[in-house]
Amino acid sequence: MTHIVMGYPSFDDCHDMVRQMVAAGVDLMELQIPFSEPMADGPVILKANQSALERGATVARCLTFAKDMAARYPIPFLFMTYANIPYRYGMAAFAKTTADIGLHGAIVPDLPMEEGADYIEAMHDNNLSAIQMFSPNTSDTRMEQIADVSSGFIYCLARKGVTGEDTKFSPDLVRYLSRCRNAASVPLAVGFGIKDRADMNFLKAMADIAVIGSQTIRVMEEHGVNAVREFIQDLFPAA
Amino acid sequence: MKHRGYYGSFGGAFLPEILIPTFDELVAAYENARNDPAFWNQYQQLMAEYSGRPTPLTFAANLTRHFGGAKIYIKREDLNHTGAHKANNVMGQGLLVQKMGKKRVIAETGAGQHGAACATMAAKFGFDCTIYMGEKDVMRQRPNVFWMEQLGAQVVPVTDGTKILKDAINQTFRDWVTHMDTTHYVLGTACGPHPFPEMVAWFQSIIGKEARQQILEQEGRLPHKVYACVGGGSNALGLFSGFMDDPVDLVGVEAGGKGIDTGQHAARLSSEDASPGIAQGYKTFFLQDNDGQMKETHSISAGLDYVGVSPILAHMHEIKKARFESATDTEVVDALKLTIKTEGIIPALESAHAFAGAFREASDLSGDQIIIINQSGRGDKDIFTVAEALNDPEWKTFIQKKAAQYHA
Ligand SMILES: Cc1ncc(COP(=O)(O)O)c(C=O)c1O
Repeated sequence: MTHIVMGYPSFDDCHDMVRQMVAAGVDLMELQIPFSEPMADGPVILKANQSALERGATVARCLTFAKDMAARYPIPFLFMTYANIPYRYGMAAFAKTTADIGLHGAIVPDLPMEEGADYIEAMHDNNLSAIQMFSPNTSDTRMEQIADVSSGFIYCLARKGVTGEDTKFSPDLVRYLSRCRNAASVPLAVGFGIKDRADMNFLKAMADIAVIGSQTIRVMEEHGVNAVREFIQDLFPAA
Repeated sequence: MKHRGYYGSFGGAFLPEILIPTFDELVAAYENARNDPAFWNQYQQLMAEYSGRPTPLTFAANLTRHFGGAKIYIKREDLNHTGAHKANNVMGQGLLVQKMGKKRVIAETGAGQHGAACATMAAKFGFDCTIYMGEKDVMRQRPNVFWMEQLGAQVVPVTDGTKILKDAINQTFRDWVTHMDTTHYVLGTACGPHPFPEMVAWFQSIIGKEARQQILEQEGRLPHKVYACVGGGSNALGLFSGFMDDPVDLVGVEAGGKGIDTGQHAARLSSEDASPGIAQGYKTFFLQDNDGQMKETHSISAGLDYVGVSPILAHMHEIKKARFESATDTEVVDALKLTIKTEGIIPALESAHAFAGAFREASDLSGDQIIIINQSGRGDKDIFTVAEALNDPEWKTFIQKKAAQYHA
């Protein structure tokens, strides 16, 4: 699964990135609706959020873009955003719109299950996945509770911290991912800090979905939109 | 997460999953302290020895005469060690940090008062300390930055977003989600995820407890109205908490900035410009656009320049348990000048909002009525901002000469 921030650097560039990612074999994508206070994001995605907003990425414009992508490309798309965006839109209305425009669900990192009951219900009513998260600090008991309300897959944060920093692919991570596997019956996605083929090879046996977040944005910033396809293709583990 | 800290529909704990166990630990430490009378005694003792509490309740005879209305009393939080009510909160949280066995504290700061208080607490208790401060506030409050660094804290200017308090809060959370095992986030006001609003209000309740007892001793009766400025809401909740069950008007004064109709202000409860939202881990009234993006705020005082407000105050506003007003930058500077000249007391620009709000209403009250103004902090930290607002020619010459010396 890959990640883009809608409207950064522009909606046209975002479309180019989606096209290249799909051509490179990406089979699931997160489309982030930018928010002014992205608390869980590190410098790369934080700057992308700010820049997108400065350039006029409204929620309405993001919904139009997402609808267009879902209609053009045959892979599932998810929204990623912070709680205030669906809260202001109205949880029920947000879920309905998400379904109407052909997206498959959403990831909202600041809506833990205790606060997200309305949201989870609205998403499920529309047959959408309200993606839940595990972190290395999550206890076994809590993992089971989270698994109970989850659908689609579970997003396992590979480490503490914010997006965009390096992750150590260590024995601790292996132990943690096996705890995740025991708690959940849905597929596991692993994200935060994945940036090259070595990381992908490490994860191959333990996770179902690898999440590439900040690194594609970094590649795009450094080498231009056209470098994205090659970067993604190079990530796929040798068969 | 059991009790999630709701006040009506406001509050909650909108946390990323990674922080849930950290908050469970914090809630447990806080609840233990709250249920243990020995903890409050230890806290009061510490505040007496280290911060000079109880702070006085000063009768302002000259201001009272000037307005010819209510008797005006001033609660002197400026006389705390470090010069503001912020000390009450940081010393309390410092004791909790000791109990949790953590070794490092981090904090956001706007005016620099909370940062300086936190750095002081860290120096005393032997904690490592990092303070996040918006770049714009670093410019406005340079003297506090200097002192924080002298106290051994690392001060990190935040260059993201609007470069003020809210951005410093985000950045402190980003540090915390990486270092929560060793580190406690000493949030500076009664905002953020549960248990912060309740916990900070509890530590600040020392203001109201003292003020109530002092006014009864000095006047033998309760005040008619009490006034406090409202940034995040901690000094206001501290004073209000002493009079929650009394027939006393609780008045919060927010930053009116350049005037409510200019849009350049930080009036969340006293204007129609804010609406309910979720950000920085809690639900409250935010100054935001229709999409839910936070707006830029403005105030002459860095400490009131914030998009959100305590969920406890948002609820009190909704059920009309407290009244909220605003004072513009200009009114605030006038109130400050008057207080300095008539009483020989220098309030912080933040606190001067409470004075401006009270001055507007003092003459309408009768001579047998009493009001208390919370002087949340002292104003000498604001010398650069105030001198500029007063356009003081001698000060300018002094700065120019000083700058020339450094160039030489
Ligand atoms: C002197 C002073 N008063 C008031 C405030 C506002 O905070 P609160 O509303 O939490 O009391 C600040 C914040 O920096 C301050 O320094």
